[in-house]
Amino acid sequence: MFSKILIANRGEIACRVIETARKLGVATVAVYSEADSEARHVAMADEAVAIGGPAPKDSYLRGDAIIAAAKQTGAQAIHPGYGFLSENPDFVDAVEAAGLVFIGPSAKAIRAMGLKDAAKALMEKAGVPVVPGYHGDNQDPEHLAGAADTIGYPVLIKAVAGGGGKGMRLVEAPSEFADALASAQGEAQTAFGNPAVLIEKFIGSPRHIEVQVFGDGEDAVHLFERDCSLQRRHQKVIEEAPAPGMTPEMREAMGQAATRAAEAIGYKGAGTVEFIVDGSDGLRPDRFWFMEMNTRLQVEHPVTEAITGVDLVEWQLRVASGEPLPCAQDDLTITGHAFEARLYAEDVPAGFLPATGTLSHLRFADGCRADTGVRTGDTISPWYDPMIAKVITHGPTRATALGQLARALEETEVAGTVTNLAFLARLARHEGFAQGKVDTGLIGREIDALAAPTETPVAAKALAVVAAAGLWDGDASGFSLWQSPRRAVPFEEEAAIRVHGPGHVAVELGEEAHTCQLAEDGWRVDGAKTGARMAQSDGAITIFLHGAHRFDIPDPLARGADADASDLTLAPMPGLVKAVFVSAGDTVAAGDRLAIMEAMKMEHTMRAARDGVVAEVLVAEGAQVEAGAALIRLEDEA
Amino acid sequence: MKLLSQALTSSEDFQANRKAHLDALSQIETAAAQAAAGGGPAALERHLSRGKMAPRERVAGLLDPGSPFLEIGATAAHDMYGNAAPCAGVIAGIGRVQGQEVMVVANDATVKGGTYYPLTVKKHLRAQEIAEENHLPCIYLVDSGGANLPNQDEVFPDRDHFGRIFYNQARMSAKGIAQIAVVMGSCTAGGAYVPAMSDVTIIVKEQGTIFLAGPPLVKAATGEVVTAEDLGGGDVHTRLSGVADYLAEDDAHALALARRAVGNLNYTKPSTVNWQSPEEPAYDPEEILGVVPADLRTPYDIREVIARLVDGSRFDEFKPRFGETIVTGFAHVKGCPVGIVANNGVLFSEAAQKAAHFIELCSQRSIPLVFLQNITGFMVGRKYENEGIARHGAKMVTAVATTSVPKITMLVGGSFGAGNYGMAGRAYSPRFLWTWPNSRISVMGGEQAAGVLATVKRDGIERKGGQWSAEEEAEFKRPTIEMFERQSHPLYASARLWDDGIIDPRKSRDVLALSLSAALNAPIEPTRFGLFRM
Repeated sequence: MFSKILIANRGEIACRVIETARKLGVATVAVYSEADSEARHVAMADEAVAIGGPAPKDSYLRGDAIIAAAKQTGAQAIHPGYGFLSENPDFVDAVEAAGLVFIGPSAKAIRAMGLKDAAKALMEKAGVPVVPGYHGDNQDPEHLAGAADTIGYPVLIKAVAGGGGKGMRLVEAPSEFADALASAQGEAQTAFGNPAVLIEKFIGSPRHIEVQVFGDGEDAVHLFERDCSLQRRHQKVIEEAPAPGMTPEMREAMGQAATRAAEAIGYKGAGTVEFIVDGSDGLRPDRFWFMEMNTRLQVEHPVTEAITGVDLVEWQLRVASGEPLPCAQDDLTITGHAFEARLYAEDVPAGFLPATGTLSHLRFADGCRADTGVRTGDTISPWYDPMIAKVITHGPTRATALGQLARALEETEVAGTVTNLAFLARLARHEGFAQGKVDTGLIGREIDALAAPTETPVAAKALAVVAAAGLWDGDASGFSLWQSPRRAVPFEEEAAIRVHGPGHVAVELGEEAHTCQLAEDGWRVDGAKTGARMAQSDGAITIFLHGAHRFDIPDPLARGADADASDLTLAPMPGLVKAVFVSAGDTVAAGDRLAIMEAMKMEHTMRAARDGVVAEVLVAEGAQVEAGAALIRLEDEA
Repeated sequence: MKLLSQALTSSEDFQANRKAHLDALSQIETAAAQAAAGGGPAALERHLSRGKMAPRERVAGLLDPGSPFLEIGATAAHDMYGNAAPCAGVIAGIGRVQGQEVMVVANDATVKGGTYYPLTVKKHLRAQEIAEENHLPCIYLVDSGGANLPNQDEVFPDRDHFGRIFYNQARMSAKGIAQIAVVMGSCTAGGAYVPAMSDVTIIVKEQGTIFLAGPPLVKAATGEVVTAEDLGGGDVHTRLSGVADYLAEDDAHALALARRAVGNLNYTKPSTVNWQSPEEPAYDPEEILGVVPADLRTPYDIREVIARLVDGSRFDEFKPRFGETIVTGFAHVKGCPVGIVANNGVLFSEAAQKAAHFIELCSQRSIPLVFLQNITGFMVGRKYENEGIARHGAKMVTAVATTSVPKITMLVGGSFGAGNYGMAGRAYSPRFLWTWPNSRISVMGGEQAAGVLATVKRDGIERKGGQWSAEEEAEFKRPTIEMFERQSHPLYASARLWDDGIIDPRKSRDVLALSLSAALNAPIEPTRFGLFRM
């Protein structure tokens, strides 16, 4: 075993690796960017080395700096985590050239799986099923029909040059093939000037099922499957193990295919073989096909750990340090069922916009495993993936584990940023999901209901007023000689209180009045126990009562000359200012484009809210800005 | 030493007392509610329609939410001026802003446009006196038309009239007691000096005005036609004249600005007494209503009241076996050490000497004094005069008058004759004087006064050889008795600001604690007593 390792990553995975290393008595070295100097992974590690600026290319992607840090601290091996340099074969070569051990597969294995088409061909050769299709040049209708027959109906005809569904046809039976082909080719010709098509197997109810494998460079075992079908735009949202509806035969077949894939490339360490599965007719051993292999530890590895009792990071360290596989295939069994939900700082109703913020409050539910890289007071910065935590539950049955997941999500408390908690909790309570009816299109089909803004219980609102008045602790006497005075409270809407005694506040919200009383078990509203908790940050109060309810508390001083923000165009999220189209003095009309921001691979256009003249452009193209940053100021026409 | 109560809460007496006190209390509650209603619903409606906050909501909005408000003169001018000036048209009291105890004086413009009646002036000056004695920053929420013209002779000319307000502002500012004005309405003529004389002034946009003479007077004097806003509105005063410092968007914004101004005072309470951790009394203050007899003439042990006021009901009684008609001793009220002087019967020479001794002790040790007044007077008669009760009484009065420690007086029963002096009555400048609904105050009892007058009258009739029947005597005495009864009532007294307000006896402990806390904003100066006649 190593005596010291370096973790070339950040966030929850760096913390996760450090935990196991510590358990094994291995010293740890963290690396960090300027944005992460106070981060949790730095605090947890025995040593930490600064490696550069906040942008990943200036720090976590700088292989040379990381290797230098390892040399400097005397670390013997480098754990790459996931993302960043974890699947970069050049980095693996450089690590090894420096005389260090890369905790993961060989550069050769990574390269073999890095090119998707070559990987598919390799797998086909190794006897692993791949999605059947015809990608050839022969566009003769007879030939294509023959290919379709070989693939098996239903099939998809797709334009080679295609996109956006143009030139795409679903064909259910051979009799429909000729007509569909002609119309697809015609459409492709019109749209793209190229009538060439390809034929693929149509997968009606696609499921994403992956198999965890572990190799020692020669032999490999599998640690069963994970189902990651709950996805939104190819982003996994909730994962589970084992897959619902899995049969022993199917598991056996997939496991064997996965170990074959790993052994075919001499795989060493933890890897995942992803399959697409046609779930339209239940899970059948002849309906899964290889998609790709991830040559790293996956984000969702904890669900496998939960059901197998294996610490995958421990296995990684053992195998990398030269030990044999810790156990044989027959020693591995499944116990119970596990779920993992990915908790992100993102604004779900606004279209899953990534968010930032300082976590004024962070508390996970009891009884779940929460893998996190942040603590209360830490900041979700715009520089990295805005993941807050992975919430993992494990129970004897799928229903129990799912119930626990829903409860854990409902009881998780995050303040200081918006999160996808309500969305996750709704998914965990989704009836179809509970029945195991999962496919990759579920979230997309029901996005409106799942992503709708949460309703605010009136009790949460009343308690927010109590908190806004600074009376949450309940120790204010509200003493007055005679009548208790009515006091207006700065709040999102008109609100006032009368304090009748310590922990006894009448809250007036418009026409309604509510009695809030502090009992041994917390605040009660109109006599009903709430169990509500509260977190306060600058300008906002969050009440946790069946989810987080955030209330903006207006600053009573931000009035008049001190505040006239109506002329300002603000950044709606953290990101990069891609382009600015106006300069000072330009006359603009309401709706005119002012600037474009790029955040998380999406572009957002900032438009003028009204007619006016550009008084000032406050940012330069290429600037990285926080959410709420002022970009452009307008003034009335001079 | 923990006091042991003899009270039986289930006894008939206890229940009867309680009922009588609650009846008396409800009369005060009604009066307080009338005062709090100000000029009534129609006037309030007009006030609100101008975008102003209700006067009491202004006060509440200024104070820290949930913090106490110790109102001064809550029933001032009750039953006076034909009830035209509820609460004397001005709200005053001690509250907390940003944790700092302050004196708030807020005009109620729903009451005759917030104009100053004689009692308005008296109340404003009393509030300033409290602020000055206790080093409390003053916040004036100004919305007043100035002097009430029909009453100008009782408002303008004398020493303790309108002009004294600005004199006080200047004197307090000189002492470092902050003066902050928030102009939320008119500030005309003399009233203009409230903001002008303040350290910091905030004015509400298009609502507050400050000028020495309003547009009608200007037109009459010089012929100039000008709007109130152009003459002395918020914009003018914050931009051109410099009479005000901050321009507020509305009442709420103005109050927020005032709160911020208090936050920048940088004042800390001086270190005065040794605070202890507060502790509830062992006996419920609620029981005060049962243990104090409904009839003032029924004697009872004042320790029953003390046991329900002080921390842990613990009382270190001083000289318990000497001069037993006065009870003296040390205790704590919500952690603050106090010396208590409480009547337990008529004052004799020994009692007066003991009280003087105890007051000297507390002065020596800088311990605030609490007087629980229930006194019919000093003992009369040849024996007592001959042994020099006046001399002994004078010692007590000298001690009370010249001690520098804060004194807080509570009328828990009768306050008659020279007993009122020895027990720190209003003339002896206690920092605060609170009364209970059952208390009565007059130079002597109505019966005794009528008796004195009747004796004189009978002597005259009989000297002339005339006859005076018992019926005639009773008829003669009745108006005097009735007058004394009416004038000794706490509502009559409080209406005239002979005290700082009537309180619910059950809240005595809270009132005492707040009074002490407010008083301790000022340092305790060393005492220099006057000459004690030995």
